[in-house]
Amino acid sequence: MNDESAARAGVLHGAAVIEQIKKAGIEYVLSVPDLHTSKGLLYPIANDPAFKLIRVCKEDECLGIAAGLSYGNKRALILVQYTGFLYALNAIRGVACEQKLPIALMVGLLGKEAGLPPQESKRFGVRIIEPILDVMGITRTCIETDADTPRIAPAIDEAWRISRPMAILIGGRPEAP
Amino acid sequence: MINRRKALELLASHITDEIVVSTYSTASDWIEIFDRPLNYFSSGAMGLASSHGLGLALARPERRVLVLDGDGSLLMNLGTLVTTGIVAPRNFSHLVFRNGSYEANGGHPIPSPDADFEGHARAANIHKTFTVSDLASFEKKIDYFLHEEGPVFGCIAIEQGPLGPRSYKEMYKGERRQALRAALGVG
Repeated sequence: MNDESAARAGVLHGAAVIEQIKKAGIEYVLSVPDLHTSKGLLYPIANDPAFKLIRVCKEDECLGIAAGLSYGNKRALILVQYTGFLYALNAIRGVACEQKLPIALMVGLLGKEAGLPPQESKRFGVRIIEPILDVMGITRTCIETDADTPRIAPAIDEAWRISRPMAILIGGRPEAP
Repeated sequence: MINRRKALELLASHITDEIVVSTYSTASDWIEIFDRPLNYFSSGAMGLASSHGLGLALARPERRVLVLDGDGSLLMNLGTLVTTGIVAPRNFSHLVFRNGSYEANGGHPIPSPDADFEGHARAANIHKTFTVSDLASFEKKIDYFLHEEGPVFGCIAIEQGPLGPRSYKEMYKGERRQALRAALGVG
């Protein structure tokens, strides 16, 4: 590994995440802006004609819209900050979990310290996300660097295969493509 | 003021192949009046009926999607009007039954029983709107509600119905969602 690639090994590029989202057949992205994923994911997605971006007013709207889209076999990705995830918990419980729907959540962990597992963060809100997902029975994967991104598409495909919600936690802050 | 059941019976007599999304008290009446596979009962989180309907309208552009909402429910998700106004699905109609109360939760008044829902919709860039408070006026609006290019928003002033909770077990069962998927040809 040369110096440049070594330096990049710990980086998460938005392009690598977006490539996986496309690979998973995501057509709709439902989002409330998140500073953590703003430049690296949301702006590129907004400018990518492969996606239909719906900007919603509050995160729980996403659960209803994604549920409705599933009746046309349309795959949606819900892109929100962890605070929005916490806000929408009742809808996640009632719509995604109890109705056993294939719903993909991508949750930005704003403020998580680089390289630290979410549960070791000094931020209370970040620290509790994984335990909450575990209690709710929602499978999860945390994406910290480009090396983690190949897990994204298979995880989304699996959610659709078994018709269950899943969560992709964005730990590293994605750099713009 | 309109009796909700009479309004729903009138609406049901005009229904063909539309997907009907309903919630709480309106859903309880609707299922008794017109039980069919193309019904979708919004469950899981109060206020999201119109969001479910919006997703359905995008997923099934060949079908008209009708949302039968409540005023208390809509107040929990007023932002949905803004989202609908921007997305503007042509096959989407949203009808709010306004009785000024959380009927399913014991009949307590909503924070503002006089809230102008049509005004909220118009302010959110939904321009095809109406408000009716008698059955004859509602009957005249049904064709518009069903067939005008959407999004269409209507508000219908109704009497308070029987206080809940009524049983939702039947309408929320998974077999109904499977029946809807089958009716729509979704695997």
